[in-house]
Amino acid sequence: MTPTAELAPGASRQTPAPPPGTAIARAPRERTGSWPLVDRIAYALCWTVGIGLCLIALGIVLFMLVKGVAYLHPKLFVESPAPSPKESQSGGFLDPIIGTLIVAGVGIAIAAPIGVALGTWLAEYGRPSWLARAVESAIEIIAGAPSVVLALFGLVIFAQGYLGFLSQTAAGGGVYGRSFFAAGAVMAVLALPLIVASTREALTRLPDRLREASFALGRTPATTVRRVLLPAIRPDIATGTVLGLGRIIGDTAIINILLGTYLTLEKVGNVPVIGTLRGTGSTLTSYIYSNSPAGEGNAPHKAYAAAFVLLVIVLILNGIVTWLTNRGGRPEGGGLSRAFRLIQYTSRLNWR
Amino acid sequence: MLVLIGAMLVTVFIKAWPSFAHNGLSWFGPGGDVDTQLRAMQEVKALPGHSIYYFRAWPLIWGTLLTTVLAVLLALVVSTLAAIFLTEFAPPALRRTLDPVIRLLAAVPSVIYGLIGILVIAPYINNHLISNARKASVGYVVQLNGADVMTATLILTVMILPIMTAISAGAFAAVPAAWREGSLALGVNRWRTIWRVSLHAARPAIAAATVLATARALGEAVMLAMVAGGRGFAPNLLDGVTALFEPVRPLAATIFQNSEGLTIAPLGHTIYAIGAVLLVSAAMLSFGGWAAKQRFKRYGVRT
Repeated sequence: MTPTAELAPGASRQTPAPPPGTAIARAPRERTGSWPLVDRIAYALCWTVGIGLCLIALGIVLFMLVKGVAYLHPKLFVESPAPSPKESQSGGFLDPIIGTLIVAGVGIAIAAPIGVALGTWLAEYGRPSWLARAVESAIEIIAGAPSVVLALFGLVIFAQGYLGFLSQTAAGGGVYGRSFFAAGAVMAVLALPLIVASTREALTRLPDRLREASFALGRTPATTVRRVLLPAIRPDIATGTVLGLGRIIGDTAIINILLGTYLTLEKVGNVPVIGTLRGTGSTLTSYIYSNSPAGEGNAPHKAYAAAFVLLVIVLILNGIVTWLTNRGGRPEGGGLSRAFRLIQYTSRLNWR
Repeated sequence: MLVLIGAMLVTVFIKAWPSFAHNGLSWFGPGGDVDTQLRAMQEVKALPGHSIYYFRAWPLIWGTLLTTVLAVLLALVVSTLAAIFLTEFAPPALRRTLDPVIRLLAAVPSVIYGLIGILVIAPYINNHLISNARKASVGYVVQLNGADVMTATLILTVMILPIMTAISAGAFAAVPAAWREGSLALGVNRWRTIWRVSLHAARPAIAAATVLATARALGEAVMLAMVAGGRGFAPNLLDGVTALFEPVRPLAATIFQNSEGLTIAPLGHTIYAIGAVLLVSAAMLSFGGWAAKQRFKRYGVRT
């Protein structure tokens, strides 16, 4: 395995590096003047689309920035939402921010260990192979299932009588099935494919000499995984987790179905932490939805302010992913960054 | 894991069964106003002459088909061009800009897209693109207010673009240089080379990207619930362009908007039936993508 092939998986495998000392002559750029008209139109379209995408992204960010700065107010962060038809009296979004943190925390706490374990098992063991293949397709089905359907499924599960301790039980014995715990658990299912994919992808990319060196020192496969391989892919696991976090924070459908439309934190019982987890509330996404004209609150200024906060969080997470993945420099091959390649393999698991 | 998936399929279908059983195959057909039917279920008052489960989902299915197919077709063209631009034509500086731009577009939560759609794009379309004559022409059936197929399709396109562009760009970047150089050496210009060689080699990836994007478009609930009009109306294609300005409510958005009524038995069963339909469509898409990939595998590049 040459060092270049190791650096840029996939792309540079086709083109071997020139022997040292060879001058690389670069052909002058072809002028489009000699092209047929149709080709020139297509060329112009390519440019239009490229610039257009930049403009759309710039437009979204600038628009949210302007609206966010205009309507954001420090006291929005410390006030709880209050039901009021007047925008000046309907409070801030303290509870939704806490709710977002709770859901993200519960979701990642469930998804990260399971995801890393599954990814490791798929990449390093994968036996019996029929089971591995079945698990792979199962994860792929989860990745492809709409989040509303996942939420519906979650509601059935958590409304079972024996799971009543995770949400609240009505007087007649019916289980409500809506709680932070339920939402977090379903969110974990949403984040799982991303974590599995990054773990698996990173493990298959690790050179075999690492494993061989470890075996040569007399380590068992299990110790090798724990002491050599997993530490080596720590940044990739972190990347998968942050990607999962981003998806959890951005999802509205699961929140709306599994937390209901309460805006404030509704505790169940008197135990401090458990009570909140069993209770319901809201997150930034559901807050935005209910304050948009489509929801019940119809307070666009509040929605803009909350959306700006949400966008900033998402941008920070995006920046973390970029930082985590591009530390090794840009791989050659199309000049696409590693973080860009993440979209490819996290969107489909057995893509290869 | 497997148990979870199995349980998921089984529970959703068990919950959905009463709705299918009462309506049979005409569940998928047209008939009456869906919104009236759903409201009747919510109030647990059967419509005169029908069972409480009476439900004809055609307007919802038609809305889903319209938005999904239009958005995917639009995104297919745009994303292919964007991928070509990104890998072949863009100057390095612009490429370094586009790369994070596409990741940003992929990361923006759908509720923010929906917010921009309903507060900016829908009013714009309502004020500038829909003339009063057009509103009057269909005024006796449906009110046009800018939250419509058009708005939904445009935003949906932007939402599924990044993923399609990323996958196609990966495939374009992986086309062996020798293949293109062979074509260039024959005197074919760069665009024709890309069109004839790279595009053909990238077909499996483009097919897979399309399938993925379709699945995402099918499952998008929040944004569509906000901007598609929220009315179970089936736009009539005979209206011509006006059909694009008519409101719809796709299947996933219907689930989302009725989530409060899940505990009311008939409505709950119907919502689960919609969920089952979505789940089956997603699974079929997954299988279709796999089959398409098998067919193309022999020719194309693999990224």
